[in-house]
Amino acid sequence: MPMIDIIGVHKSFGNLHVLRGVTLSVDKGESVTVIGGSGSGKSVLLKHIIGLLFPDKGRVIVDGQELNSINEYGLNELRKKFGMLFQGAALFDSLTVWENVGFSLKQHTKLSDREIKDIATEKLSLVGLKDVEDKMPADLSGGMKKRVGLARAIAMNAAIILYDEPTTGLDPITADAINDLIVDLRKKLGVTSVAITHDMHSAYKISDRIAMLYKGEIIETGTPAQIKNTTNPIVRQFITGSATGPITAE
Amino acid sequence: MRCFVALVLEFQEFIYNQLETLGRKTSAIVTQIGAVLVFLGQTLRWTFSRPFYLKNLLKQMEQIGFNSVPVVLTTALSTGMVLALQSYTGFKRFGAETLIGTVVSLSMTRELGPVLTGLMVAGRAGAAMAAELGTMRVTEQIDALSTLATNPMKYLVVPRFVASTLMMFFLTTLGMIIGIVGGYFVGVKVLGTNPVTYINNSIDYTEVTDIWYGLIKALVFGAVIGLIGCYKGFHTEGGAEGVGKSTTGAVVISCMLILILDYFLSALLW
Repeated sequence: MPMIDIIGVHKSFGNLHVLRGVTLSVDKGESVTVIGGSGSGKSVLLKHIIGLLFPDKGRVIVDGQELNSINEYGLNELRKKFGMLFQGAALFDSLTVWENVGFSLKQHTKLSDREIKDIATEKLSLVGLKDVEDKMPADLSGGMKKRVGLARAIAMNAAIILYDEPTTGLDPITADAINDLIVDLRKKLGVTSVAITHDMHSAYKISDRIAMLYKGEIIETGTPAQIKNTTNPIVRQFITGSATGPITAE
Repeated sequence: MRCFVALVLEFQEFIYNQLETLGRKTSAIVTQIGAVLVFLGQTLRWTFSRPFYLKNLLKQMEQIGFNSVPVVLTTALSTGMVLALQSYTGFKRFGAETLIGTVVSLSMTRELGPVLTGLMVAGRAGAAMAAELGTMRVTEQIDALSTLATNPMKYLVVPRFVASTLMMFFLTTLGMIIGIVGGYFVGVKVLGTNPVTYINNSIDYTEVTDIWYGLIKALVFGAVIGLIGCYKGFHTEGGAEGVGKSTTGAVVISCMLILILDYFLSALLW
């Protein structure tokens, strides 16, 4: 049974039909990256997986539970299995770095502040950060914020990690360091991952499988090697970053 | 003739367009009112259910209440003093200067205390709430809270709503006292009214119910400030510009509602 099963999901916002019957499944321990242009519905799809949005039609099943049919308590219990890295890291700017990383532990466990800070320090060292525990998010660089966001995502030993544009807005070296970190975390923790990105370098590096979302539908899935050698003109144009082809710039 | 028909058709189209715009705007306003009421229902529901974020509540009480003290003190003191001065000018014309104390204490308790405190708190704390929550919304911090299995309504909205309601009660009490003291200072020390008569008239004609009416208004205004500030912030869209719009909207709507509700509450608590 797949860890994440998205079946025929449709979602509209007013007159805008964003998802038009998306079907995608992710096995336990697998790393799947959804690629697609801006406005193709990638973020909307990711938000469906963690129950921030619900489909107008279709089903989303995570770890055997259908998101549409569970109550708020059940949804929160399910969310404890998730970690999510947001595009802009989404760190709470009124809390210190260690309070951000240990937020879930503070809310959902009876651990003391001392113990939470120790765990936060350990998770921060896993993402390559030292001596930043007492800093505020505003004092960190973009790359450091992403690392702290990643440390927060793995603080509760998540079984599924969602990455929303993990390398967007970073310089190429920092972006590659984040990619290495994602690969490394997967090896160490064996988590299931879903990433959305339009950075092909990142997609090839972190994925077992890549799915292309275009005009609200998954038009192709395959391993990085299969995607590199695709004959689909839309996917071909996207991965080569060509301005000419069936996809037109908005 | 053809020209006349064209003119009539154009006029007809203009009327249709105007009616359509009016209908769309009315529909949008009704939808907004409905959404605010649903938001209020959710807030009340989460106010009385566990877990309670006491630390967040205390922090908000400090930000909304304690930090608003200087602005409320200045406004109340100035209003009490000006009221005494203006009443004296008018009352002197028919020899009723001794009633200044009554006017000041009745106005401050029933009307000016809650309304002016409400307007000041809406401008200061309501704007801050909308801006903070709005920024959290556009930077996905509110979504992040949800993904960390924490209810943002409970964690962010309830503490602000409760703190705003409670602190308006205390700030208004303070405003009433300071306004009356300011009026006394001007009436007795500056204008030379007899202090005993001033105090007696203030006490004799001000009833405990006048104070309670003012404080009931304060509680309602506090709830309005918290509700609108959080609603506007929570539903912010569109980056920095959206945050600006939400902040302005929160202050304007809160102030308008305070003034509108003030009339109805005054009529109800007559």
